[in-house]
Amino acid sequence: MLEGTQLTKDFRVRLGLFRGSATLRAVDDVSITIDAGETVALVGESGSGKSTLGRILLGLILQTSGAVHYRGTDFARLQGDAARQFRADVQAVFQDTSASLNPRRRVGESVIAPLLFNRRLSAAHARIESAQLLERVGLDPKIFASRFPHQLSGGQRQRVGLARALASQPRVIVADEPVSALDVSVRAQILKLMQDLQAQEKLAYLFITHDLGIARLIANRVMVMYLGAIVEEGNAADVFARPSHPYTLALTLSAPIPDPTRARPPRHLIGDIPSPLAPPPGCRFHPRCAFAQAICKTDAPPVREFENAHRSACHFAEQVRGG
Amino acid sequence: MSNLRTWLAFALILGFVLLAVFAQFIAPFDPFRGGADALLAPGAKNYLLGTDHLGRDILSELIFGARVSLAVGISAALSASILGIVVGSLAGFFGGWVDGALMRVSEFFQTLPRFVLALVIVAFFGGGVLKVIIVLAILSWPQIARLVRAQILSLRESTFVEAARLSGMNGIQIIAREILPNALAPVIVTGSLDIASAILLEASLSFFGLGDANLISWGGMLNVAQPYLRQAWWMAVFPGIAISLVVLAFNILGDALNDALNPRLQETA
Repeated sequence: MLEGTQLTKDFRVRLGLFRGSATLRAVDDVSITIDAGETVALVGESGSGKSTLGRILLGLILQTSGAVHYRGTDFARLQGDAARQFRADVQAVFQDTSASLNPRRRVGESVIAPLLFNRRLSAAHARIESAQLLERVGLDPKIFASRFPHQLSGGQRQRVGLARALASQPRVIVADEPVSALDVSVRAQILKLMQDLQAQEKLAYLFITHDLGIARLIANRVMVMYLGAIVEEGNAADVFARPSHPYTLALTLSAPIPDPTRARPPRHLIGDIPSPLAPPPGCRFHPRCAFAQAICKTDAPPVREFENAHRSACHFAEQVRGG
Repeated sequence: MSNLRTWLAFALILGFVLLAVFAQFIAPFDPFRGGADALLAPGAKNYLLGTDHLGRDILSELIFGARVSLAVGISAALSASILGIVVGSLAGFFGGWVDGALMRVSEFFQTLPRFVLALVIVAFFGGGVLKVIIVLAILSWPQIARLVRAQILSLRESTFVEAARLSGMNGIQIIAREILPNALAPVIVTGSLDIASAILLEASLSFFGLGDANLISWGGMLNVAQPYLRQAWWMAVFPGIAISLVVLAFNILGDALNDALNPRLQETA
């Protein structure tokens, strides 16, 4: 339904006085498909370009090359009603709940805005429907509609964020780390709410997260991003059962296991993510990889495909799969 | 405590405004008519605050002087704010060379020594209330322009503006509904502080004899008081108190507005 093809996004970065500027490739030749009603988890460390990819798909920033198609049409060519339909159909939920709501506006008004502008309802209709939306996300409109964002907890604000996204009657919601800033106890509630809403509305989610545990919980498909490129993708069941890229393997192994009797696994991920201004040659992951050989330093790995369109960009994917 | 302070400041400003508006009904004497009663001390012969060297009633002069001070202060701050908001918005929204050019111009005005420039302009083009207002506005707008520009630059990138785009608002709706309301609060605060500094600058100009000689102003009263400081302290002290009070009141008002316009400090509605 929402499809990005060979998307690339470059940013020009000023290095400082007299040092000119450099090009940062935040997203490098990424293709992504989100089908109706499914949840795609986009997993990666911070700085991997996953939020940039999300914002391209939302139409908030323009890609350097590649195209985004919505229901088969390049959305750059959408005009008039079709453009407005796209705007309403593809919505977002953000990580920083306090920054994503206008601090001077009562939260009820933030929910009303898409009803007025995307849906073009009358003010009276919009007010009634905004109250219903707040109720659907578990907030009593009598209490919360007239509050300011800072008077709400993070979890309550994220509920408002969901109500605002739902107000446009979307088909796809790009959720950029929607629960990362929340307390663990609140996370489960918001995730449950998102799953309920998905079932009721047949929504598709692009769920951007750095947390593999959450991806395992909610995703139908998983895409793993590293330094702007997709290194592994496949059905969630396949990816978690047989990680086929050393990076995914390292992430699954480094996820904490809530069992004090089990020893921590050995470190599989060495060092930090390199600067995207100077990505390593060959395979970008080789400086941190436990499987790296000489070829990894020189040749970019081809994409290998296994069962169920499970893909991995690694020279030694078979070895990784073998454990 | 701070609430009481705010109300006092507000009451004081309201009082001065009422004095200025209804000066001819409130003032006990005609402030322009002198007489034989020169340099009388406060309290003598119904002159509550005494008389000046020409026998004019100081209290009545103060009441009429409020007109000039407030008119100059408020209109100068208002014109500076409007100019600043326009220039700052243009710079912030368009960026690029527009931004660069406008900011260099504002820096030029900011590097000029305020008081010296005011002196020079008034000395060359003559006094007069209108000219003083123009000079004050020209000197005060860059600060507001830079403030507005900085606000818009940071707000333009904020997540809630992205959310507004996703809500289907167009550029103008986003500017009007999301950006400007958030950008204006500090401008209103700065504007009210500008009123205070404009009143002070007007008083200083008049003190140096560069005000409008045909109008009674507090600064002008200080000017004529100079030779009589040793005989008639009241000629200088009362206008001085008036200036201090009104400047203080506008500063407190600015502070209070800053708090009132911050939604984080508002009570639950």
